Amino acid sequence: MSRYLIRRLLQAIPTLFGVSLLSFMIMSAAPGGPLAALSQDPKMTPAKKAIRIRQLGLDDPWPLQYVRWLVGDDWRLFDTNGDGKLSTECKIDEAGKQVCGPDLYGMSRGILRGDWGYSYVNRRPVLSLIGERLGATVELSILSLIIGASLGILIGILAAVRRGGVFDNGSRVLSVVLSAVPTFWLGLLLIIVFGGILKVLPMGSRCSPTAPCPPIWGRLEYLFLPVLILSTGGIAGYSRYLRASMLDVINQDYVRTARAKGLPDRAVWFVHAARNAMIPLVTFLGPAIAGLLGGAVITETLFSWPGLGRLAIQSVNTLDYPLLMAITMIGAVETIAGFMLSDFLYALVDPRIRLG
Amino acid sequence: MSNTPANATGTPIVHLSELPEASLSPLRIATRRLRRDRLTLIAMGILLFLAIISFAAPLIADRGLGVSYSQTDAPNKFTLPGTANHILGTDDLGRDYFARLLYGGQVSFTIAIFAALLALLIGLAVGLVTGYFGGIIDDFMNWFIITLGSIPQLLLLLIFVAVFQPSVLLLILILGLLGWTGTSRLVRGQTLALRSQDFILSARSIGASSQRIMFRHILPNVFSLIIVDLALSIGGLILTEAGLSFLGYGVKPPTPSWGNMLSDAQETYSHGLYLVFYPGVFITVTVLCLFVIGDGLRDAFDPQLENKK
Repeated sequence: MSRYLIRRLLQAIPTLFGVSLLSFMIMSAAPGGPLAALSQDPKMTPAKKAIRIRQLGLDDPWPLQYVRWLVGDDWRLFDTNGDGKLSTECKIDEAGKQVCGPDLYGMSRGILRGDWGYSYVNRRPVLSLIGERLGATVELSILSLIIGASLGILIGILAAVRRGGVFDNGSRVLSVVLSAVPTFWLGLLLIIVFGGILKVLPMGSRCSPTAPCPPIWGRLEYLFLPVLILSTGGIAGYSRYLRASMLDVINQDYVRTARAKGLPDRAVWFVHAARNAMIPLVTFLGPAIAGLLGGAVITETLFSWPGLGRLAIQSVNTLDYPLLMAITMIGAVETIAGFMLSDFLYALVDPRIRLG
Repeated sequence: MSNTPANATGTPIVHLSELPEASLSPLRIATRRLRRDRLTLIAMGILLFLAIISFAAPLIADRGLGVSYSQTDAPNKFTLPGTANHILGTDDLGRDYFARLLYGGQVSFTIAIFAALLALLIGLAVGLVTGYFGGIIDDFMNWFIITLGSIPQLLLLLIFVAVFQPSVLLLILILGLLGWTGTSRLVRGQTLALRSQDFILSARSIGASSQRIMFRHILPNVFSLIIVDLALSIGGLILTEAGLSFLGYGVKPPTPSWGNMLSDAQETYSHGLYLVFYPGVFITVTVLCLFVIGDGLRDAFDPQLENKK
C-alpha cells in the first residue's frame, strides 16, 4: 500500500509540471498580458508603466518568465531604471547630480523554493491573498460535500427500498432535472424567492457586512443557499448511483442469506445491503473534490461569497499571472489529491481491490 | 415485421419473423427499441421543436410577429409579456424577449453542436490511435490527458477565454479543443477491448491493414458509444456555454445567448421575473431532453438489455 502511494505521489510530479507549463503558456499568449489591466489604473503614466514592466520582467520571453516563476529571480538583475544597462551603482551625471537609480535584483525565490510570488495588481504576497480567501471556500466546499453525499445516499436508499413507488420515480426525475438545470439559474431563482420576495434569507455574502464574521453556526442563514446550490450535483449523482448500486447488491447471495436468517427487512436493507452498496460511491469522491473549485467559481460569484472562486475570476480578469498560477496549481493539486484519495479509500473499504 | 425483405435483385430471401432478433443489425435493433421508448421520443420531439423555432427565428420573430431581437426601443423597455406583439415582453433596452430567446437559442445550439462535433472527431481519432497502437503514443497521450484533466475545467476555460476574447467561432474551437478527453478515453477503452477479439485477429490474418481494421472493423463498433456521448456532451456544452456567458466570459453582447441573457437578468430582474425565468427554462428543457435522449440511446444500443429485462 505505501509503495503504491509513493508511486502515485511521484507520478503527480510530472503532471504538476505539465499543468504549470501548460497554464503559463496559455496565459502568456494573451495579447497585452497583464499590462492591459495595469494600465487601467489612472495613476499609471506611460513612464511608470515602462518601469513596472521592467520590474516585473514582463518584457522577457515567456519561457524565461516561466523559469523565473519556478526558481525565482533573485539571481537576476533587472534594468529597473531603464537606461538600457544593468548596473547596481549610482553615478554622477554632467550637472554634478547623483543619479541613483540602481537596477534591482529580483525579489522572488520561485515556487520550487516555496515562494508563491507577489500579486501584480495588489502588490501583496500571493500566499496571504489566498490565505484570506481559503477559509470561505473550504467551509462552503466541505459542507456541500457532506450535505450532497448524505442527502444523496439517503434518497438513493429510500428509492431502492420503495422501488417503482412514487418516491422512487419522483427522486429519479429530480436527479435528472437537477443535473440538467444550470446551477446559477436555480441559485438566482432561490435568491429572488427567499431573499428578494420572502426576505427570509440574505441575498448573498458570507455574513452581515457590519461586523467581522461570527463562527459558522452564527451565520447559517448565509450558508444555506450557497451550500444547497453547490450540493445539487452531489444529490443528483449520489442518489441515482446508490439506487442502482443497491439494486445490484440486493440480489446477491449474502443478502438472501440475511433474509433467510429471518432478519427484519429494515436490517437487511439498511445494514447489509446499504453498507456494501456504498462502497463504489467512494470513486465519486475524486471527481467531486476535483469539481469543487470550478463549482466555487460560479456559486461564489452568484452569492458574492469572498472565496477562492471569486479570487480566481478577479485574477483571470486582470491576468495577474502569479495569483492565477497559484490558484491553478491549487486546483490541480486538489484534483490529483481527490482522485488519489478516492482510489486509496476504495482499496481500504473493499478488500477485494488490490492496488497494483 | 410485415414487409418482406429482399436482396439486390428483388427476390425475397427470408421472413425476418423467422429469425431471432440477434441476426438483425444492431442499428435496426436500436431503432426498433427506440420506437417503443416513448420518453425518448417525446424528448426528441421537444428538442426538434426547440431547434426548429430557434433556427426559424427570422421567420417567426421578424416576419411573423414583426419584432426585432436587436433593435433597441427605449420607450418600450420592460414591456410585460403579452403586450402587443411582445409575447414574452421586452428587455432593458426594449428588445423583444421572445425573439432574443430564439436567436439566443441559435447561438447556444450552434456553439454546443459544433464544439461537440469537433471534440468528438478529436476524441475519436486520439482514442482509436492510442487504443489500437498503444506504446509510447498511448503513454504520452495518457499523460497529456491526465495533465489537462488536472486543471479544473472551468478555470482552464476561463483562462483561455480571458486570453483570446473569443468570437462565437473561436469559442467553438476552444470548447471543442478542450472537450475531447472524455470521448477519447471512452473510445480508447472500447478499442483496447476489441483489439484482442477474434474477428480483429482474423481480419489481420487475411492481411487487412491497420487503417482498414480501424475504420472498417473497430469504428462501427464504437459508433453507439459515440452517438450516446454526442447527445450527452451537447447537453453538457450548452450548460458550459451558459455558465461562461453568465460569468461574462462567453458570448459577448449584443449577440444574445441563453447564458448572457441570464447574466443580464441578474441585474434587471426587479422589473419582472420573466427576465430570469424564460432563459433558464429554455436551457433546462433543452439539456434535459438531450440527457434523456442520451440515456435512451444508451439503452437502445445496449446489447445486454434484452437479457436483463
